[in-house]
Formats: sequence, structure tokens, C-alpha cells
Amino acid sequence: MPFNIDKALGIFPQALSLHARRAEMLAANLANADTPNYKARDIDFKAALQSALQSNQSMASQAGAGGMKRTQVGHIGIDSDMEAMGLVRYRVPNQSSLDGNTVNAEVEQAEFTRNAIQYQAALTFLGGRIKTMMSAIRGD
Amino acid sequence: MSSFNIFDIAGSGMRAQSLRLNLTASNLANAESVSGNAQGVYRPREPVFAALLERETGNDTAARVQVLGVIESNAAPQMRYDPGHPLADEKGYIYLPNVNVVEQMANMISASRSYQNNVEILNTAKQLLLATLRIGQ
Repeated sequence: MPFNIDKALGIFPQALSLHARRAEMLAANLANADTPNYKARDIDFKAALQSALQSNQSMASQAGAGGMKRTQVGHIGIDSDMEAMGLVRYRVPNQSSLDGNTVNAEVEQAEFTRNAIQYQAALTFLGGRIKTMMSAIRGD
Repeated sequence: MSSFNIFDIAGSGMRAQSLRLNLTASNLANAESVSGNAQGVYRPREPVFAALLERETGNDTAARVQVLGVIESNAAPQMRYDPGHPLADEKGYIYLPNVNVVEQMANMISASRSYQNNVEILNTAKQLLLATLRIGQ
């Protein structure tokens, strides 16, 4: 039975990169907390993770059959364009402000902290998987 | 590397907020700067922020803060009758900037809180990146 490293690592690599993207987005929300007409955005995490896993599977199955690849900068991305796939949503503000800004700093900060902890959890699980493989390789 | 985007984003937020803090300091410091005519009087300044989307890098989901410029308030200066003042005009008036101290203080607190938020984000992102570097050890 061929051993597949991607399978051994589970969903954690995809989860990590999604958490990183989400951290970026929440950081942008907080940085723009005083920008007029800025609308706070967030990733639909569950749907994004599912689509990342699916595209990973289809990429793996297409890799032998010469699947679509991005070989030039001008090509439209097939996997990274989360906005086009409707995975980026605008946050519904719980109180409106006169300048059209929908950032609620407390909400964003709570979400950022939660996301950071989830990132660290995924990182710990991934490290555990790697350690498991290492001990299997060493055999001691 | 996309993880370093957070540093750019939070950095742009800090830059914008520190400009706002600087302008508030300037407004408060010049609140009593007297002028002899209505044209030469200090006018309160305020920054204009806008979100900068990064279309060219393909990563247009996260926006940095861009400072579009600094505007000067066009509120009429305050006139005070003080004929003994060396800068008073022929009618005995001196001109004071229309700085609302309460407004400026609120602005200052808001700017410093936003700055702190960005510093917090930066620290968390740094910790996460360092933890990522230690993966599998």
C-alpha cells in the first residue's frame, strides 16, 4: 500500500493556511476600524475548509492526468480566489455608524483571538502527526 | 509569503493612527495660537483614511489602510476682543483657531486605542509565526 504524506497529515495543513488567511482578514478589519465606508469581512470557515479539501482531492487525482495549473502571473487562480467562490462574507453590524463603517473592534478582537488559538491548536496537531511519522521512521 | 501580510496590514494601521495622534497633538498644542488676521490663523487638521485593496497581488481580501491626505477644517476662527494684545487688528480683535478641545481629546483616545489594537495583532501574529517555525520539533 503506497504511503501518502498528505493523508497522514490530515486536514491540518489546509486548516492552518485558512486560519492564516482569516487572521489576515481580521487584522485588516481592525486596521480599518476608523476608515469611513469600510465594511468588515470574514471567511465562512466551514465552507472554505470543505472547498479547500475538495480542491486538494481533485488536484491530487488530476496531478497524474495533467490537471489545470497556474503557470503565468496573469492566469486567473483556480484555488485561491475565495472571494469569487462566495466564501468571503460581509459581517452584519450590530449597531450602525454614521460614517458607513461596520467594524466592531470588540467583535473583531474576540474573533482574532479565537482564530489565533485555533491556529495554534491546528499547529499542535500537525506537529503531533509529524512526530508520529518521525518515530515510525526512526523505529526507536 | 502571505503570513507576512499581517505585519504590513497592522503596520499600515499603526502608521495611520500615529498620524492621527500627531495631528491631534498639533491641534491641541496650537489651540491657543493667536493670529492678527483671519487668514493666518491655525486651522485644525484631520487625516482622511481609505482602505487600500491589493488587486495587483491577487490577494484582494485583506485591505491595508491608506492615508489619502490631511484636510484642514474650514470652520470660522474665533474672534476675541482684546485691544491690549500686541497682535490685535485695528478694531481690537485677535483670532483664535477653532479647536474643539473635547473633540480632540476623544479623537486622541480613539486613536491610541486603535493603535493598541494593531500592536496586539502584531504581537499575536509574531507568536503564531514563531510557533510555525518550530513545527515538528
